Amino acid sequence: MLNYLNLVVLAIITLLAALAANNAVDLPYQIHAIIVVLVAAGVFIYTLMHTNDPPKPRATGYMDGVVKAGVIATAFWGLAGFLVGTIIAFQLAFPVLNFDWAQGYLSFGRMRPLHTSAVIFAFGGNALIAATFYISQRTCATRLWGGNLAWFVFWGYQLFIVLAATGYLMGVTQSKEYAEPEWYVDIWLTVVWVAFLAVFMGTLMKRKEPHIYVANWFLLSFIVTIAMLHLVNNISIPVSIYGSKSVQLFAGVQDALTQWWYGHNAVGFFLTAGFLGMMYYFVPKQAGRPVYSYKLSIIHFWALIFLYIWAGPHHLHYTALPDWAQVLGMVFSVILWMPSWGGMINGLMTLSGAWDKLRTDPVLRMMVISIGFYGMSTFEGPMMSIRAVNSLSHYTDWTIGHVHSGALGWNGMITFGMLYFLVPRLWNRERLYSLSMVSWHFWLATIGIVLYASSMWVTGIMEGLMWREVDAQGFLVNSFADTVAAKFPMYVVRGLGGVLFLAGAIIMCVNLWKTVTSVGEKSSDAAAVPAE
Amino acid sequence: MDTYSILREFADSWGLLAMFLFFLGVVLWTFRPGSKAIHRDAANIPLRHDDHLESEPASAGNKQTTSKEART
Repeated sequence: MLNYLNLVVLAIITLLAALAANNAVDLPYQIHAIIVVLVAAGVFIYTLMHTNDPPKPRATGYMDGVVKAGVIATAFWGLAGFLVGTIIAFQLAFPVLNFDWAQGYLSFGRMRPLHTSAVIFAFGGNALIAATFYISQRTCATRLWGGNLAWFVFWGYQLFIVLAATGYLMGVTQSKEYAEPEWYVDIWLTVVWVAFLAVFMGTLMKRKEPHIYVANWFLLSFIVTIAMLHLVNNISIPVSIYGSKSVQLFAGVQDALTQWWYGHNAVGFFLTAGFLGMMYYFVPKQAGRPVYSYKLSIIHFWALIFLYIWAGPHHLHYTALPDWAQVLGMVFSVILWMPSWGGMINGLMTLSGAWDKLRTDPVLRMMVISIGFYGMSTFEGPMMSIRAVNSLSHYTDWTIGHVHSGALGWNGMITFGMLYFLVPRLWNRERLYSLSMVSWHFWLATIGIVLYASSMWVTGIMEGLMWREVDAQGFLVNSFADTVAAKFPMYVVRGLGGVLFLAGAIIMCVNLWKTVTSVGEKSSDAAAVPAE
Repeated sequence: MDTYSILREFADSWGLLAMFLFFLGVVLWTFRPGSKAIHRDAANIPLRHDDHLESEPASAGNKQTTSKEART
């Protein structure tokens, strides 16, 4: 019965997308409409072929197939995102790499949003979806709610990534940082996200544990807040229903504040709350010990979500935003330091009594250094949000260094730890293929981040000082091009840091691949096969 | 008074107070008497259900981890 409904919906989508492709007023929109036609028609044919299949026996056990797919997608998009990041780092150092033949497609301006979205939303987003599906099942002791809805979330999210990424290269953007996708891609993401929330809430509601474990609180706040941010920041009116261009409803400083309310809370609830959910599950699992203090984790949660939402205005210091709003953003950013470090301490102290494991377990080492980077960047962030500091750091490379110590160090490392944790379990292998490869990955990634962050500190502070340098007559000493020339050596070092980080990720992918293909199955008991 | 000013005044007076009191309430509730046992039990949730659902025969490996207790 459901299949017939699906067929009707898919047929309508295919028809409407074909109409849109026919009437399109710009080429990127036409290409996107054709992609939608192909996907919808493909799913239609697949559904049609399986419509009269005999009903499958009711699945029991954990639903791990979709988590496996999420792990693969995380590794794939991670490689893609790191590669593009390394390329654009060298494009900045050597402008000749913005090839003439690729102007307008592979130049820095087009590749930069491709990089940020690939690492945050494709790599990080798939990691979060996989983690949410895995953690919610284990901590609720129940199968995912909604059957194949979880698969819809997974593939729907991949379609969102493909539409967004191809759009960036073709210049489809609404010019909002980290919210570049245009109106029709935003609508699609909304549909997928509502399904994601439904799967997660449904799983929570049929849980067998009386208590909702704290990791799920963080994951829920991540899903709900991202939905709210996405809806408000993308209020726009399409110029034509058959075109990719839209106009924002807000203008001027209201638009700027809405954007940075979105932007900073994407950091707060996507890259922080969501990944803290991972930390509260995978660190105790890998250490084999419960979290240090459950009370602290509850206070950590409420303090974090109460404070984070106000910190956005620190992106708009010394702008048209009223002073009181700037100070408000600064004060809340500084207070935010407390719950951030509370969470860091809670994660690190989970190892108390098990510190010796750091010597023998490189996966745990990876998780611990990610918490270390979390602590470091959540100290640096509040400091940079102070107006006096921001007057030096804003618009310089220091900001980019800060973002990367958080994203590569905290989000990247905890995700790598999660992948190393999940692959042997999901594919039922007795161990990882090689622990020394994990150690190689650990050191390559760490040294890469150190090169990245330190070169960006040097170049950021240098250019900040050069911009404000005046001579005895009060004239500016340096032209903008002078600062660009002075930054060259640090840009090369930053690119090399990216190469090391990418090399580590490649080693990880080889290691995980070999774990699945050439490590023996976990032999202990026959019942260990997940019903899938 | 225009909408902006009304909302602003509410936000930095009663709104602020309400949210602060809610937060204070959460903290006090967390430290209520008798919460220790509940929190210890909750902290051990990840160590309980590993690879199988309860309805299935659990492996011996799952059982031994439950003996470790949270330090709340």
